[in-house]
Amino acid sequence: MSIKVENINYIYGQGTAFEQYALKNVSFEITDGQFVGLIGHTGSGKSTLIQHLNGLLRASSGAIYYNGENIYAEGYDMRALRSKVGLVFQYPEHQLFEVDVFSDVCYGPKNQKLSQEEVEARARFALTQVGLKEKYWKQSPFELSGGQKRRVAIAGVLAMKPDVLILDEPTAGLDPRGREEILDQLARLHKEQKLTIILVSHSMEDIARYADRIIVMNHGEKMYDGTPKEVFHHYKELEKIGLAAPQITYIVHRLRENGVPISDDITTVEEARTAILDLIRKGGR
Amino acid sequence: MLRDITLGQYYPVDSLVHRLDPRTKLFGTMVFIISLFLAKGVAAYVLATCFLLAAIRLCKVPFSFMVRGLRSIVILLLISVSFNLFLTPGEEIFHIGFLKLTWEGLRTAAFMGVRLIYLVIGCSIMTLTTTPNELTDGLEKSLGIFKKVGAPVHEVAMMMSIALRFIPILVEETDKIMKAQMARGADFESGNVIQKAKSMIPLLVPLFISAFRRATDLAMAMEARCYHGGEGRTKMKPLHYAHRDRVMYAAYAVYLAAVVVLRMVL
Repeated sequence: MSIKVENINYIYGQGTAFEQYALKNVSFEITDGQFVGLIGHTGSGKSTLIQHLNGLLRASSGAIYYNGENIYAEGYDMRALRSKVGLVFQYPEHQLFEVDVFSDVCYGPKNQKLSQEEVEARARFALTQVGLKEKYWKQSPFELSGGQKRRVAIAGVLAMKPDVLILDEPTAGLDPRGREEILDQLARLHKEQKLTIILVSHSMEDIARYADRIIVMNHGEKMYDGTPKEVFHHYKELEKIGLAAPQITYIVHRLRENGVPISDDITTVEEARTAILDLIRKGGR
Repeated sequence: MLRDITLGQYYPVDSLVHRLDPRTKLFGTMVFIISLFLAKGVAAYVLATCFLLAAIRLCKVPFSFMVRGLRSIVILLLISVSFNLFLTPGEEIFHIGFLKLTWEGLRTAAFMGVRLIYLVIGCSIMTLTTTPNELTDGLEKSLGIFKKVGAPVHEVAMMMSIALRFIPILVEETDKIMKAQMARGADFESGNVIQKAKSMIPLLVPLFISAFRRATDLAMAMEARCYHGGEGRTKMKPLHYAHRDRVMYAAYAVYLAAVVVLRMVL
């Protein structure tokens, strides 16, 4: 079970004055159960890339294999692919349309032509997974707060029971508490439901904390691909393309410059805390 | 799919036509449209073709791009051409049932088809070479005289420029919502008319909501910047005629005169 992307190119407005490479020769393979962070500056091709993974955009050249099958092969069932690879767009609450929350979440499974009981079971499951209390289920989605709307929209995709969940900036425009809640729920889904998650984000802190692999995009090309420690090691290069490592990485590097013997591959605050406490204990002795 | 709409889209290259004053282009388009309706006989159409070809050459927009705008009128074109073909009385070539194909019909249909195609291409050239802002500036200034009789020229021009400005945004938004619903298994293509209409609900409801949201935001932003209508409002780039505009006006006059003369002579 995997998504394999092979040398894909995507050209916008081919044959016009606006012609532009949005993706250049991108290849990678994402295996089951990974939590991948996808980062890149605005216009680096992240959003274009994820829309290829469920077949919404068709690459100008190259191939994509889902579970070994070429999705561009003749007669390949794109709708089945879309229910296996769930995609949550940026500001997904803008796609809500039903009279109440519950019916909106039912839309996806209904399109999968499941029985009424199954549809409702899945909607209940998805709404519980995103932690939306039952008292909201019969309300109009437009009466909810921003964070709640966002969760309804994510539930709308989850209800299709995808194997892979792709989220484009799921925390954009939310307050810190809303961010934390959504990310924690994602981490839980990853752990408990064994979902493969691809998270597009601008926040290096979030990515460092949750992802076990990071893909960095720059001008439509894949720049780095590795564990957070490997990727954030290149923090100087990341800065050059308008990104940055998590703030804690900078603190750790400054400590090292000042002669503190702390490991330089720390990427989260928790790790730094443990490492610093260790050093203090050793030093105290 | 939705990006194929070219009517009303600006194509950014630097050409003589792009640099013309928008009023010159508006007037030119009007002259061209009038000439198409005045034109009678092959000679006049040849003249119109030359005028259009010159404009196409001068504006440096790829021809294929203009032709794309024609796609939207294919059905209209087919209907009007076939009506003219079969329902014009005259000398019969052959007939299928009550449908008679006549020489007169053939002639009218051909002129009709050419006229429609030229109309659309002519208008596309204007919108492809003029930014929406220039266009409304030009309109506002040309129609300025009507302000004296109390017509809300500025307000209408402002509404038009906002509407034009929002076309690409709404197209993009539609594309986005369509994709988001497709990711949830929506199917906009198959099914009969009723099913298709029903499948539009998940697209239209979010689209309307977002349009209203944008409208409120924009109104707020305009008020925050003290917008209070056209009274006493100045322009950042006032319109000025240049030498090339005068040359174009002369060319229009000659062209229109030629078409009128051809109509009277033939």
